[in-house]
Amino acid sequence: MKDIALLLAEIVGERYVSDRPEEIYFYARDPGLMPPHKPNYVVIPKTTQQIQKIVRLANQQRIPVVPMGAGMSLTGLVIPLKGGIVIDMKRMNKIIEVNEKARYVIVEGGTSQGALKAYLEKNYPRLRHSIPDAPAAATIAANIMIHGQGRLTQQYGFNSDMVAGLEVVLPSGQICKIGSCSLVPGWFSKGAPLPDLSGLFLGWFGATGIITKVALKLYPKKKMRDVEIFITDREDLVPDIVYELTHTEMAEDINIFAQPLPMIFKDNHHITIFITGDTDDELEFKRKMIWGALDGFIKSKDGGFMSIPPALKSTLLEMPQRSVSRFADVKKGGGFEYSGPILLVERYPDCSRKLVELASKYDLAYSAMARIIGRGHCMMFGFSFTFNRADPDMMARVREALQEVSEYVLEIGGVFWKPTIDEQRLAIERMDPTTLNLMKMIKRNLDPNGIMNPGNWEVT
Amino acid sequence: MYTLKFDENLCKTCPTCACLVKCQYLNLGIDEAKQEMMKIIEGEDSFVLQDCVTCYGCEEYCKRGNHPFYLITERREEKGILTSPRAITKQWINIGEPRGKYKLGEVKERVLSFGFMPEFLQLVEGRLFEDVMPSFVFGQEFFCNVVYIHFANTSIIKKRLPMVIDNFRKLGAQEVVCMHDECYGSFAHLAPAYGIEVPFRPIHYFEYLYSRLKALSDEIRPLNIKVAYQRPCSSRLCPDKHHFVKDIMEFIGVDLVDRTYQDENALCCGGIFGMAFGYELKDDVQKRNIDDMVEHGAEYCVFNCPACQNTLAEKVARRGIKPIHIIDLCRMAIGENPVMEVS
Repeated sequence: MKDIALLLAEIVGERYVSDRPEEIYFYARDPGLMPPHKPNYVVIPKTTQQIQKIVRLANQQRIPVVPMGAGMSLTGLVIPLKGGIVIDMKRMNKIIEVNEKARYVIVEGGTSQGALKAYLEKNYPRLRHSIPDAPAAATIAANIMIHGQGRLTQQYGFNSDMVAGLEVVLPSGQICKIGSCSLVPGWFSKGAPLPDLSGLFLGWFGATGIITKVALKLYPKKKMRDVEIFITDREDLVPDIVYELTHTEMAEDINIFAQPLPMIFKDNHHITIFITGDTDDELEFKRKMIWGALDGFIKSKDGGFMSIPPALKSTLLEMPQRSVSRFADVKKGGGFEYSGPILLVERYPDCSRKLVELASKYDLAYSAMARIIGRGHCMMFGFSFTFNRADPDMMARVREALQEVSEYVLEIGGVFWKPTIDEQRLAIERMDPTTLNLMKMIKRNLDPNGIMNPGNWEVT
Repeated sequence: MYTLKFDENLCKTCPTCACLVKCQYLNLGIDEAKQEMMKIIEGEDSFVLQDCVTCYGCEEYCKRGNHPFYLITERREEKGILTSPRAITKQWINIGEPRGKYKLGEVKERVLSFGFMPEFLQLVEGRLFEDVMPSFVFGQEFFCNVVYIHFANTSIIKKRLPMVIDNFRKLGAQEVVCMHDECYGSFAHLAPAYGIEVPFRPIHYFEYLYSRLKALSDEIRPLNIKVAYQRPCSSRLCPDKHHFVKDIMEFIGVDLVDRTYQDENALCCGGIFGMAFGYELKDDVQKRNIDDMVEHGAEYCVFNCPACQNTLAEKVARRGIKPIHIIDLCRMAIGENPVMEVS
């Protein structure tokens, strides 16, 4: 296998290939609970052509290839389960083009959320993209690959719905353009009015190709943002509250959280509503509409808008929010993992009760966090647990609790989001056979040698 | 259990029934006011129990030493009438629960009490407080809990306030300078009304500030600004200390504008109104209040309660009025910079 390292070095340069144990160690794991597995090589390409060559080499040698952004999915999606080559995309971080009037940006496949945010703030202050609550190093391509969600999800759906075009290196090593850019210079649509081929790649976790360019839709950035929190002690009312809120079409984003600590959050469900405006009047109009929509709940004493302490407000208005990192250290030792299935909003009460039940059963610190997707079309419900990495027993209890979540989610009609390999297997077992067959046909045809992120979506 | 000392005869013989007649949120003539007050005393249903917005004003309007608002609160609790949504009530009660996470300075016989308002940890910097700092207490263990009269819950006050008082006693405090009206009002007025013994002398921080300004009088440079004062609800629990606002303003060369909503006619900041009753009441009260400040040419809005400041600071700033805490204003008068942002 030593020859492979030399061949990789010929492609990307010696500095950007490694099989040294101290580097392989880091590429064997992610911050979640999945067991590590070492790759044989790590390679950090700079160009699409280099990726083509790496993939062709891997195909010739039947070596697994795992494309990696920042490696922050927490569910082990870029842990090289069968070894091989991890392709770290971080050097491919150019922001290639912004079309201001058409509101889209084209970035390379390793561009981070933070880099794009900073670039837009500096050069296009009236434009923004949907920023997930992941660390700023998380990449755009990885986020759309996992159907991530962000600050504009309530308005525009999953972040992958905001894709306007792709460039992909296929397992064969060919470069393929997806969307309007396959026909004309503009990257304004990932499909319509053509057949939408983006589904051959999005959600596949690199098992069908490596995204080297992404066109992402941008949205108007208002001058002001504010946040309101409506609280209720009745989880069964949350779906109705969300329904009324989404009907107003006034919110930028709607998230819900519930957790027992600190005491300000105990006993209640917190529906966090973000609003934006270019003027005080616009902002106040939206606020009034939102408060008005929930007035019935206030009058019946079933819920109310809480006073937000200044420190909490500034935390909530951060993009991304760093409070997630603080939650990760509640038990000291920096462990945090969640299962975030996509479900109907009407399942919020079931999920909420189940989370409390599991936390009690396994004696774990927990937090519920839900994000409304689209106008209440569905939600991501995060069953989140924090743990001490130095406490193997606690980690085992978190694993067991999350396994129970996986079973439960399917029972109540949910679908796994960025599923672990175990959850992928569960999904494959229970999926409609014809759908599964279609996935097999896609995988076999695109990746006949099974080199692309093997272990993930192993339908064949 | 402690019970409210309420003299029915004082109400029965009251010629004005000012407690309800002067209410800015209920519209009652004297006859109706008397009738409703009698119903409340007798434990009967009264619309007042449903409609009172908890501004605390009646505690000040009653000049006969009775406690109409405490009585209304008692009756609401007896009847299970919620003033705020359950979730809000639970949240506030949870926040005040002692958790052993209090902070103590170098506590001496005279001690500053910040209750559970972290803003005061900053506000007491500088020369104004140098003769007492770092003798301070902060945390739920020293939080008077009187805010729960907003939530029709005196049980929690009767349970927690004696423990809070005992915590001061254990520290050997002889004089407690209360940095919030509610804190002072609880020790000086509410506790006696319920027969709860207070083994120390409560001092309102206005009184303390005034005496410090006098001590630093050589350094005072008149500010020559026009200000509106945002009187908090809890000031109604200790109206005997309200005169210090004018005294302090005069002393530091500040023109307190003579506006409609001041003194007994002061309007609530709207924070509690929003949480309890929704947008309309909050918006109406805030608009009238801020319009009044603007119309009377106020350059600054002076706050006493940090919660009022959190609620109104942005709103007054948008109308061109600078929000400032009264301590910061005094600090400016002796040549120090405000510690809280003045936008």
